[in-house]
Amino acid sequence: MSRPELWVAIAGMALITFTLRSSFLLAANRLTLPPLLRRSLAYVPPAVLAAIVAPALAQPSDAALGPIDLRLVAGALAAVVAWRTRSILATFAVGMAALWGLTWLLG
Amino acid sequence: MLLGAAPFGLITGVSAVAAGMAALDITLMSLTVFAGAAQLTAVALVGGGAALWVVLLTTLMINLRHVMYSASLAPWLRGESLAARAAIGALLVDHVYAFASLRFPRRERDLDRRDYVLGMGLPMWFTWTTATAVGAFLGAQVPPAWQLDFAVPLMFLALLIPSIQNSPGLVAALTGGGLALALAGLPFNLGLVSAALAGIAAGTAADRILAASPRRRA
Repeated sequence: MSRPELWVAIAGMALITFTLRSSFLLAANRLTLPPLLRRSLAYVPPAVLAAIVAPALAQPSDAALGPIDLRLVAGALAAVVAWRTRSILATFAVGMAALWGLTWLLG
Repeated sequence: MLLGAAPFGLITGVSAVAAGMAALDITLMSLTVFAGAAQLTAVALVGGGAALWVVLLTTLMINLRHVMYSASLAPWLRGESLAARAAIGALLVDHVYAFASLRFPRRERDLDRRDYVLGMGLPMWFTWTTATAVGAFLGAQVPPAWQLDFAVPLMFLALLIPSIQNSPGLVAALTGGGLALALAGLPFNLGLVSAALAGIAAGTAADRILAASPRRRA
């Protein structure tokens, strides 16, 4: 993607996000979401985020050492931390530390 | 709350630069888009050479949940001016909504609901944008040997795992993740888009089945 194209993407993202967030606040009359749609919206984040993260972690990276992919191991460790602490900072710190440690030991 | 926005913004800035984006561009994105998960996805997609329409479609999918926030708070804000409602809409991120949705339904006479949302949203917006700029600046000084591009999948993990709140949520995540792996070879990120849609459908179906069964679980 060229740089002007990226700027178009940013402008489009801003427009889409603002439209979604302000939709019901700016609509004058009483609109309501159908119950089925309201329910399915709750499953958008887990479905989309998992669809993004799974291929990103499973792809053999430069850090792959024979059968062991260091990023996959570090990612699994970080997933446990994310589950136990629900902290972005702790997940990042443990994941990066694990990757550096494994690279230093085996890389 | 600001304590959450600051590190997330920092890491978004760092990973955008690691993915090849200019520091100015990711800061501009934080200023105008102000949506962590969508921005991080865009960073990953742009870094992977995705097409413009894929970036926009994923933004739409990831941020669809905000329609729900907007619909849920609208009844309390009908009396506000158009400008105030637009400003509230621009600032209605996950954390702001989470607090407002708890506070608004209480029958507090002296609670100014407009100021409540603006008072949370504006500092968050400022923190988010500043943290992204600082992260992008720092990220540009870091050599590639530090492998900071790994921050992107780590951040997605940190967002994904708390988003799984019940068993239909787990079904949605497993379906979305599994199918995305199976379809990873498809062109134009079609694998990502169709896997995500299938995951949403599977989660909704699981929700309906559980709700219909006598042993209902939360």
